[in-house]
Amino acid sequence: MNDFPWLTVLVALPLVGALAVAFLPKTPGAELPKQVALGFAALTLAVGVAIAVQYNTGDGMQLTETHSWVEAFGVHYALGVDGLGLLMILLTVVLTPIVMVAVWSDTDDGNSTAFFAWTLALEAFSLVVFAATDVFLFYVVFEATLIPAYFMIGGFGREGRGRAAIKFLMFQLGGGLVLLAGVIGLYVVSADAGTPSYLLSDLSEIEMSTTAERWLFVSFMVAFAIKAPLFPLHTWLADTTEKATTGTSVMLVCVLDKIGTFGMLRFCLELFPNASQWATPVVVTIALISIIYGALVAIGQDDLLRLIGLTSLSHFGFITLGIFAFSSQGASGSILYMVNHGIGTAALFLLAGYLIKRRGTSLISRMSGVEKTAPVLAGLFLVAGLATLGLPGLSPFVSEMLVLIAAFDYHWWVGAIATSGIVLAAIYVLWVYQRVMAGPDLQAGETAVASDRESDPVTEPAGGGTATATAARAATLTETRRDLKTREVAAVAPLMLALVLFGFYPMPLLDVSNPTVHTLLEHVGVSDDEPVVPATEHDAAEEGEH
Amino acid sequence: MEFDKPQIEYGHLWPLLVVLGVACLGVLVEAFLPRERRRLTQTILAMLGLLAALGGAIWVGLDLPKLGDGVARGDLMMEGTLVVDGPTVFLWGLVLVFAIGGVLLFSERRLEGGVSAFAGQAAALPGTEAERQASTRGLEQTEVFPLLMFAVGGMMLFPAANDLLTMFVALEVLSLPLYLLSGLARRRRLLSQEAALKYFMLGAFSSGFFLYGVALVYGFAGSMRFADINEAVRNDTENQTLLLVGMGMLAVGLLFKVGAVPFHNWTPDVYQGAPTAVTGFMSACTKIAAFGALLRLFYVAFGSDRWSWQPMMWVIAILTMLVGSVLAIVQTDVKRMLAYSSVAHTGFILTGVLGVQAATDLADHEVTSLQAVLFYLTTYGFAMVGAFGVVTMVRDSGGESATFARWAGLGRRAPVIAGVFAFFLLSMAGIPLTAGFVGKWAVFTVALSAGAWPVVLVAILASVISVFFYVRLIWLMFFSEEPTEGEVAAVHTPSLATLVTVAVGAAGTLVLGVVPGPVLDLAAHAGEFIR
Repeated sequence: MNDFPWLTVLVALPLVGALAVAFLPKTPGAELPKQVALGFAALTLAVGVAIAVQYNTGDGMQLTETHSWVEAFGVHYALGVDGLGLLMILLTVVLTPIVMVAVWSDTDDGNSTAFFAWTLALEAFSLVVFAATDVFLFYVVFEATLIPAYFMIGGFGREGRGRAAIKFLMFQLGGGLVLLAGVIGLYVVSADAGTPSYLLSDLSEIEMSTTAERWLFVSFMVAFAIKAPLFPLHTWLADTTEKATTGTSVMLVCVLDKIGTFGMLRFCLELFPNASQWATPVVVTIALISIIYGALVAIGQDDLLRLIGLTSLSHFGFITLGIFAFSSQGASGSILYMVNHGIGTAALFLLAGYLIKRRGTSLISRMSGVEKTAPVLAGLFLVAGLATLGLPGLSPFVSEMLVLIAAFDYHWWVGAIATSGIVLAAIYVLWVYQRVMAGPDLQAGETAVASDRESDPVTEPAGGGTATATAARAATLTETRRDLKTREVAAVAPLMLALVLFGFYPMPLLDVSNPTVHTLLEHVGVSDDEPVVPATEHDAAEEGEH
Repeated sequence: MEFDKPQIEYGHLWPLLVVLGVACLGVLVEAFLPRERRRLTQTILAMLGLLAALGGAIWVGLDLPKLGDGVARGDLMMEGTLVVDGPTVFLWGLVLVFAIGGVLLFSERRLEGGVSAFAGQAAALPGTEAERQASTRGLEQTEVFPLLMFAVGGMMLFPAANDLLTMFVALEVLSLPLYLLSGLARRRRLLSQEAALKYFMLGAFSSGFFLYGVALVYGFAGSMRFADINEAVRNDTENQTLLLVGMGMLAVGLLFKVGAVPFHNWTPDVYQGAPTAVTGFMSACTKIAAFGALLRLFYVAFGSDRWSWQPMMWVIAILTMLVGSVLAIVQTDVKRMLAYSSVAHTGFILTGVLGVQAATDLADHEVTSLQAVLFYLTTYGFAMVGAFGVVTMVRDSGGESATFARWAGLGRRAPVIAGVFAFFLLSMAGIPLTAGFVGKWAVFTVALSAGAWPVVLVAILASVISVFFYVRLIWLMFFSEEPTEGEVAAVHTPSLATLVTVAVGAAGTLVLGVVPGPVLDLAAHAGEFIR
């Protein structure tokens, strides 16, 4: 059973699903393609769980498959999972079906089949990214993810999405081509050392000159800093999340952008350990700027989706900070943070999507008093928001604390600045809640909201239709005020459960990530004790909480 | 240098002879067959000729004798004026494959409603009674097939030439039919004729440069043979000026043919004005042949004097990439945009030319410069022929329609064809899982191995710029709103011939992107140039 190519099956399933969905007959409003897509996503989830069950914590790379692909380049089709990869794979396979359920009827006006097919394609490529143990293979799928992402942004969402899609693609491909320079450089280095090979295991053995290592590190780091956006390469993020559908945003921010921080851990630290340490001061500074700047800019946003997008800038700052603090708390914290951010931000995006669908606007200043009419929606939004700001008892708290401990260990003022990011997070979350959910449900704002809707029935009847107009208006009112449907709750429920579960009991995540972190830090040349949550959590709570 | 004269020399030259022979036969068909039977005969003749030549090329490739213990295979032919070695045969194969695509595109008649895309009677002046008569009588210019065959013959001779004179003859044999073909469009004839005239005038100029360069290099080396020139370059330190100026002049002639900056100015006009089938054929095959000749001249004849010509190539590669990709941004016509993008591609290929030359300098399995360039040319050819094939299908009431505004929303009207075109664009942009990516990877790698990192950095910058205009066109096709006024273009159903060409182009682009191994190995197996 061990020879069974689990990972290949895992990545092939969504790809096959994408093709199947794409070639199903297209009838408007048909449910079949969506059901097929969801079925494939569920199957992939099942395979992901099967992999997790077989995974043996502490064994390093597992379920490896290595086949020669392009011999001339030393390229292999090589897959494998370690703790980091496993967590990212699980995040991906869990989020994909959730996104599908959440947006089930959102894209009916457009070509919903295409959206589901692209989502599956994106899932497939992302899974290869997280499982690749060959740099070339990683690069190929790293770039390939952009094609489904481009079509998801450009094809679905709000006015101006075409421009946003081009901006997204230009940034990403720019980063990708910088990375290409690095990948080619690796080939040259590895050819100089003997036979060219792109296998991670071969490359990490190579002795390279300091200059070469630093240049290669810079090229990898720039690409990853665009992917998991860090200041000042983040400008595509807010535009993209604003224009795209929330389903797309979840796939982008919660899955795709993780490739950036994943890449820093997997490639920057593993292949260029010395250069990583050499660059730490700069990277830490950039991470701090991202934390503070992202939070400040988020506070100033009036568009809910831009706001959530920009909070991610702050979060990616935290993750990067943890990675480059070079301690096991930091690294474990970052890996946990990647998972928690994926869960928490996905919940926020989806809930914001529900809200915007009801109110017909995404402007915070046009919304008010949602908790009066849609208490479930408001309540869930509050929980997800509190998770984002790091409330103890919800899972992001654990990871945030670990990163902060590492930051204080690195230098006290780094920790101090990072902590102020949490205060700012409290401001942006609570203030948004106050403006959107609390307060009176303004009837005056009603007309403004209603006229925003494209298919507004109120203005149509010229004369004699006053009764129908009132009825239609009442219907619109009910529609804009309705609380969450069962399907919508079902989509976010698993995320909420995870937030609470991992908030109280993060050990499964730590157990998986700790061995990976240990090996990684050993490779970099740093060793300290692994984090044990209960002991450290308490101390940190004193320092970090406001 | 003592070589045994091969006993079956004609056997090795068979592909070349078949092509030229069929071309002559085509002329006879024009002279002796009644008009109504010419078209079919010419098409079949050209097709069979190319297929026979392709089969011959494969057979010759399998049969090449190994030379010494090195990686080079092949032999000198025709008293040493021609050389049939691994790279030659590889290039022959490429030219023939894309020429078959060209013949298929040439034979398209359904799109124009039963006539070909070529002028009914080239001699009838545009807008005259004679032209109207020609079109009412349904005349067709079937000479395009023999012209294509002559051009193909020249293209096969070009990279096989082993001395400067043969190379010059080949240059002319391939160029003259192309000048004519460019001027034969059925629609927008003035534009087409203007393109032909520009191409001819500038081409004649560049040939003059080339010829002068031949004379100067002969003055330096005392021989036309590449091997002798190489010897002279190695040993002779006098008359360096003669060598340098001559080398520069030869470079002008060849760089004009590949469309490198600053000799690229003909490209957009000719690509736009020429019938699209000709553009597709010419863009792929001319570049392949000319790069073959360029590589042979600079690697074989001037290989020992690398330090003299490499700085020039650095500058030209950088200029070509930047100018090509920047000017492509401001184009509003698909054919012109593809023309500038082809200029940028020339720059990328030149980046590969800068790589390390000999396999002996490299680690096992490491990619050689020649291998990278040959592979890039393959990927480029598939994408170009396929893309121009798609352009022939996109039409409005006035025939082919290549203006950007008309292409808006094409992806919604014809998702499959627009999707295929987008795929070609992605390949040209170098997105992974397409052939273009592997090609770019290969040329950048060899350049970086040779220490040309500034060129590689510029190449990456140019790639980013070029992504912009490719993606913008995809955006235009799939996401932009259709213009409220004015006509939009639609995809017309072509005959099987065009469909096959486009499908093969797309399949080639996909296969080379996913499993590039076999073709890379083939290119590696082609070995090195022999002298």
